[in-house]
Parts: sequence; C-alpha cells; structure tokens
Amino acid sequence: MSLADSRPAPASSLWGRLRGQRSILPGLGLSLGITLFVLSLIVFLPTAAMVGDAATLGVGGLVHLLATPRVLGAFKVSLGCAALAALTSAIFGLLIAWVLVRTRFPGRRLADAMVDLPFALPTSVAGIALSTLYAPNGWLGSLVAPYGIRISFTVIGVYIALTFVGLPFVVRSVQPVLQDMEAEQEEAAHMLGAGRLQIFSRVIFPAILPSLTAGFAMAFARGLGEYGSVIFISSNRPGVSEIVPLLIVNQLEQFDFAGAAAIGTLMLILSLALLCGIMLLQRLVRSGRHG
Amino acid sequence: MAKRPAVGLRRQGGVANVIMIVVALVFMVLFLLLPLVTVFAQAFASGLSGYIASITDPNTLSAIWLTLIVAAVALVVNVVFGLAGSWALARFRFPGRLAILTVLDLPFSVSPVVAGLMLVLLYGRQGWLGPWLEAHNLKIIFALPGMIIATIFVTLPFVARELIPLMEEQGADEEEAAILLGASGWQMFWRITIPKLRWGLLYGVLLSNARAMGEFGAVSVVSGNILGLTDTMSLDVKALYDGYNIVGSFAVASLLASLALVTLVAKTVLERQFLTRSTKEEVSA
Amino acid sequence: MAGHVSIRDVSRRFGAFTALDAVSLDIPAGELVALLGPSGSGKTTLLRIIAGLDFPDTGQVLINGEDNVARHPRERGVGFVFQHYALFRHMTVAGNVAFGLQVRPRGLRPSKAEIKARVAALLDLVQLGWLADRYPSELSGGQRQRVALARALAIEPRLLLLDEPFGALDTKVRKELGQWLRNLHHDQAITSLLVTHDQEEALELADRIVLMSQGRVEQIGTPAELYTKPASPFVLEFLGEANRIAGVVGEGGLVRVAGTGDAVAQSIDPGHALAAAGQAVTLYVRPHDLLLEARADGAAVVRSVKVAGAFAKIEVVLADQVLTALTPLHRLPSLHLQEGSRARLVVAQGMSFPTQGAGGSLQFAAPRSFAMA
Repeated sequence: MSLADSRPAPASSLWGRLRGQRSILPGLGLSLGITLFVLSLIVFLPTAAMVGDAATLGVGGLVHLLATPRVLGAFKVSLGCAALAALTSAIFGLLIAWVLVRTRFPGRRLADAMVDLPFALPTSVAGIALSTLYAPNGWLGSLVAPYGIRISFTVIGVYIALTFVGLPFVVRSVQPVLQDMEAEQEEAAHMLGAGRLQIFSRVIFPAILPSLTAGFAMAFARGLGEYGSVIFISSNRPGVSEIVPLLIVNQLEQFDFAGAAAIGTLMLILSLALLCGIMLLQRLVRSGRHG
Repeated sequence: MAKRPAVGLRRQGGVANVIMIVVALVFMVLFLLLPLVTVFAQAFASGLSGYIASITDPNTLSAIWLTLIVAAVALVVNVVFGLAGSWALARFRFPGRLAILTVLDLPFSVSPVVAGLMLVLLYGRQGWLGPWLEAHNLKIIFALPGMIIATIFVTLPFVARELIPLMEEQGADEEEAAILLGASGWQMFWRITIPKLRWGLLYGVLLSNARAMGEFGAVSVVSGNILGLTDTMSLDVKALYDGYNIVGSFAVASLLASLALVTLVAKTVLERQFLTRSTKEEVSA
Repeated sequence: MAGHVSIRDVSRRFGAFTALDAVSLDIPAGELVALLGPSGSGKTTLLRIIAGLDFPDTGQVLINGEDNVARHPRERGVGFVFQHYALFRHMTVAGNVAFGLQVRPRGLRPSKAEIKARVAALLDLVQLGWLADRYPSELSGGQRQRVALARALAIEPRLLLLDEPFGALDTKVRKELGQWLRNLHHDQAITSLLVTHDQEEALELADRIVLMSQGRVEQIGTPAELYTKPASPFVLEFLGEANRIAGVVGEGGLVRVAGTGDAVAQSIDPGHALAAAGQAVTLYVRPHDLLLEARADGAAVVRSVKVAGAFAKIEVVLADQVLTALTPLHRLPSLHLQEGSRARLVVAQGMSFPTQGAGGSLQFAAPRSFAMA
C-alpha cells in the first residue's frame, strides 16, 4: 500500500473527522482489506445466502409459510416469553443494580461479579442446570410440584431460562448510569421537601429510564434468539413451547431450506430493528451521562 | 471523575435498604447461584471416581481437544480481525465506515441458530458455494471448518468492540509521534500500538475465548453431531444428557462452568486494572 | 545543519472551512519563530503541514530549498513536540528519548552503548537525568514537556516544531520553561517554530513573530516591529489592550475627540492624506499611553480608580466612550484623580488605520503616528 495514496484522516484531530484528509498513519489498505475479507466470508455472504434463499419463496410463499399455525405459534411463544422474561429482568435487574451501587453489604463485590455469570456460562450448561433445578424432583421444582405447578418441560421453563440469560443486560446497562448520578440532584430535591419515593419517581427514575429501556431491549433481543438454555427446559411442543430458533433447527433437519431461510430472515430483520433501537437508546444514555 | 454518592440520604432508609438487599440477593441466589451449584452437585453425584471416569472418557477427551482447536483458531482470527478492524475504523474516516460498524454488532444480536443457518445456506452441500466446495473436495458444513467459522461468527465483535473505543480514547498522537521520529509502520504497530492496547486486547480475548469454548447454538447447527467426531464440549453436554448419562453430562458441564468462573475472576481483575490505570492518568494529567 | 524553511502559497481547506489561504512565509535558519494567532487562525494546521502530519491542497513547503510536500515525514528531519506531549505511556523517560534512534534502519542505527550515551546527554540537557527510569504518568507537566523536547531533539532535527508547548502548564512553570527554551535554542541554534495563542509568550521568546488570522498571515516581524508598527487594528489589538477613540482631524493635523472639541493628539506627518481637515478617524491608544490631567474644564469624567499591582487602572467616560488609562502606582497621588473628578486626555502615542474602499472589503493603508499635542 502506498502512503501517498491513502486519503483518510486521523480520528484525533477535529478536522480529521471530515472526509478527504490524508493521514500519515499507515495501514488503512491492509487493515480495511482484512476487515472486509473476514466480514465478507463470515457475515456478508452468509447473510446474502439466507436472504436470497428466502426470496425464492416469493411473497405469496412467505406469507403462506408464516401464517401456518406452527410458525405463528413459535413466534407467539418466543415473543411472549422473551417479553415477559425481559420485563422480569428489568424489574429485578434494576433492583440488583440499585443494591450494588447504593448500598454496602458483605459480599457485594462477589455479587457484582456473579451478575455476569449468564454471559460467561455456556448456554447448554445453563440449560441442563436450569432444567434439573426446576424439574419436579429438582431442588426448586419439588417446592412447587405439590401445588400442581410444573416449570421444567413447560412454557414456564422457557420464561425462566430467558430471564436467566437476560438479567445481566439490564444490570450492566443501568449500573453505570446510577453510578454517575450526582448526589447534588437528590440532595436538592430533598431540600425542596421531596420524600424518598418522590425523589426516586421524579428525579432518579426519569434519569435511568433510557438505560433501563436499553437493557430491556437487549434482554428481549437476546431472549428472542436464545436456543441452548431453552431446549433442555422446554418440552419443545410445537405451538405450545416450541421457540422460533428450535423451529428453524427442525426445518433444517427436514431439509426445508427455503422455509428455514424465510424464518431466519424474519428473525434477522427483528434483530436489526432491535439493534437500531438499542443503538439510539444508548446514544440517549451517553448524552445524558455526559451532558 | 468519581462522583460523591448521596450518603446522607442513603443512611435514612435502613429498613428499606435491608429489604431491598435481601430481595435482590434471594433473586440472585435462585437465578444465578443455584444453577451453578447444581452443575457441580450433579457432576459429583456419584462421587469423585465417577466424576474422574466421566472426564477421562475418550469421547469427552476428544471433545475437549476439539474445543481447544476450535477456540484456538477462532482466537487467532479474532485477534487479527480485531486489530485490523479497530485500526481501520478508529483511526480513519471513509465512506461506509458507519455501515461496517453497524454490521460488526450483528453477530451479537442475531440468534446463534440463525448464524448457523446462514453458514449452512452458504457453505452447505445445497448452499451457494456447495457445488464449488464439493468440486474441490472441501467439506465445511458438518465438519471442523464449519464449526470454526460458526464460532468465529458469534465471537467476531468481542475484540474489535473492546479496542475501537479504547483507540479512540487514546488518540493517535503517540502513533504520529512515532512516525515523525522515524518509525516504520510495523515498528509503530509493534512498539507503540500493541503495547498501548494490551489490556484491552487481553480483555477482548478473554471474553471471546469464553464464548468460543462455550458456544452451542451456532456450532450445533453446523456440526454433524457425530459423537466423538464433531462434538465440542458444549455439544457433548447435550449428547450425554440426551443419552441419560446425567453425571457424564454435568461432569463436562462442570469443566465449562469452571472456565466461566475463571473468566469472571480474570475479567474482574482486568477491570480493576483498567480502572486504576485510567484514574491514575486522569489524576496526573 | 539548521534548516531554512520557505512556505509558498500554501492553502488548505476542510470542507467549507478555509484553514489556510495562500500562506507564504520564510523562516531563516537558526531562528526561533512564533506562529501567533487566535484559535482557528490556521497556525496549528500550518505546523502540521510543515511536519508532514497534514497535506496542503496547493503550495510548497521548502526546507533548504527542497520541496517536502511529497516527502514522508520520517525523511523530513523534523522534531515535533505535541501539545499534549504524546509521550509513549508504556515506556520510561529514557525509552521515550531513545525511540527515535532505536527505530533507525540497521545500517544507520547507533550501537546500544552510543544510544545510551546520547540519551544520557539529552536528559542532562533537559535536566532530567535523575528521572530516566520513571514513566510519563509519574512526571509533572513541566517535566513531561522537557522529555518531549529531549525526544524530539534525539533525532537531530533540522527543524524543531512545537505545538502550544506551554499551553497545558500553569503560569509560573510556563514562564520558567519559556526562558529555558529560549536559552536552549540559543545554545543549539536549531530553526524552531512554535505555535502559541499567548502574545506575551511570543513577544518574550521569539526572534520573529508570524501573526495569523483566519488562515492568512496578518504580519511578520520582530516582536518590536509588531508591537510598535502593527499593520492593522487586528495586530495592534491582538498584541495588547488598546482604547479606541473616535476623533476628527482638525487644522494642522490636530485630532479632536468627536463631540467634545478636546484636542488629544497631533499627527506626526501632517502631509498625509489622512490629515485632511474634517476627516473622522479612530485613534488606537494603549492604556499606558493615555495620560490624564485633572482639570475642572476637562471633557472626561473619572468613573473608577482601581489599584492593580504596580499600576493604577483609571476608567474615564468621554463622550459616551469608556476609556482605560494605566499609570504607575507611585504617580497616582500626584494626579489628584478620584471618582467623579474631571480630566483632560492627552495621547502620548497612538495609531490610526484609515479605511478605504467600499462594498465590504476593508483595506488599510500605512498607519500614522501621533505625538503629544
């Protein structure tokens, strides 16, 4: 790569942000080449293959496929469970973030580190552990079994697994915002006569709402696509507890490539929409934190 | 800058605080700690000898070996891609840069199953590249290369995502200074850029490795599930569990859980290292 | 080895913003030149272009007669001191200074022992030998600045470029380091170009000042030339406070304050077209050149008298204009001025810049000087 040919700009200078400035920093060609090569093989081409395969069904075929009870049922289970689980994660994630930031208790740092466990634990491990734990003869399942409540091998199990994987997203989204919050605001509200609940609902909550929403959206997106931790704890019955990712796997196993591609494309579009929403929310959070 | 927490106000709500702490901890015990304890309890359900027998089973050993290979290759690709991508995206401005940044997040947000599906549809026998690959006697799907590609897909953003903000925050002054002092591009890269990034790089590698060794969904779609041949540890957990070898399944799971715990500890230590470094620089600047 | 730098018609645009507009200037070998100007005047862009960190859209950068625009920065033999020093944070002080020598191609690289000796000598030069094994984060701002300088000098540059070298330091350290740099430059005789927005710094340190504004060179000259013969109101006001007094030229080049009839100044060269009777002029007068005499029939009214260190600052109101005069504190009692008293103004020296041309573009002819009336 010739240095004279590169026309990029150093990110550090104000004017460098404008296009068309040459930089003495080397390596744009090489680094961008590697980036695009890897992205093409791993992301661009596979995405194109899936969207292309889905397109072979045509609009009519797509609508017909997506309207079948099994597909509709799977989306209902996935969307419903992911939403409920994300809501649960949002409530308890907010509580956990609050407790970790605003209170001091023995083992707080350990608890803080534990929050990331669902990020680090492989999903199949989480899956068999949750399934065993909530089985009728498991430590937790046996507590509710006498009341006729079954968790493992029902749709409730799906909800439990998705709550597990979604929790850290909310905590890690809200925590830094709570940490950055200045004492002066709350103290000012206090001096003006606000009670503790009023301070929370009128000063603190509005400030953390964008980050809480972002955390909810991330937990929801993750829950929608989750596979490993769910298939063990769910009964995987079509229309009742079959999630969309499992439906895709089942269709692949029946060599229905176009059908799998179509559902996969729909999932991809959902993911992209959520991704954009999350990015906007995070921008909102950042502007709130820095200005 | 660290801000003063509202100590005075916090002190007022003793009882409410205790209730909140208790509720939060109970939730964490039920949802986070108990699953972890379950893994180890089940793994040792038939004693230490049963555990050791499960771990040393030839199938398990081959799964461990395969996992290490997959993770090692993915790691190399992730580091090279992470360094190249963050250098291009953080140090330069060019048309299409924002699009690449957005695409970079895709593997984090798309379902691992969809990731596996996309790879099957491209590299599989019926896939776009299928005929060409077959003609050249290359087998990717239902074979090791496919599992490696699937692992790379789901771990691709980790290193780059860690390095891009770090590079932007550090600025390019030191690199420019190195060039002005006569360094060549590679001299600058090895002697300035890499040392500047080392903690962020290690952090990204740590996260991507944890995910690479534990990935299940994407790898399961592209693996042939041939016991002992294309099983990583994470897939072996399912294979053993489905075969009602509960102790064996949890024994392998306990290894993965241990890896997760080690990762969490290392991550916490690294985060503290980062924190002290940045505050030190802030104080002295 | 000192380099003579010639900038020829260098322009640089960033989108719609013109950072440099056909700038030409010469930096004689061995001089210490200050690029002075407000932020956004293009001085840092010019410095980066000379270093090779940025590229001009048009024009030439000649060093000892050779055009350097197409040359890679590492071949230019330029030492650059960054505004925030850009020290390598993971290297010791000695490692930072040695870097430029260690990265030389094998054939040109000094031996390890030589490098060590050179680094030691450079650190002695900047009086930091005792800090050789420290890391940048363990140094004070002034120390970092000197390490950055030693690092830049290590490659024996033909030209030393300094971007706001004292901008991040507090006033006391800034003054000390400034003097120290002045002496160092005197001993080393490297052509040096220093960017600053601080006119005092430029006036004290530089052999020659290039004053820039909005991408153009306003004036080039020695500090004394710029201060006593500014080419424009911009130069005059940038180099220090000045009062503007609206006046009218009367008979014999005598300037009277508009609306009062008080004569405050006399044109030194009454032959000039400016002195035409009845012409309105704006007189620029520095506060210490504005003299006050307590007189009951004076047109100026004292608004306030404040003591500011060695000087007293007296504000007067004259025909709706607020003017400021500075007088040495020891002379204040003899002036008999306090709030409300009346005074007459006399201008010790001042300048005026006649405007010509219409349609928005302003041109300044040669300035004119006035002496006491």
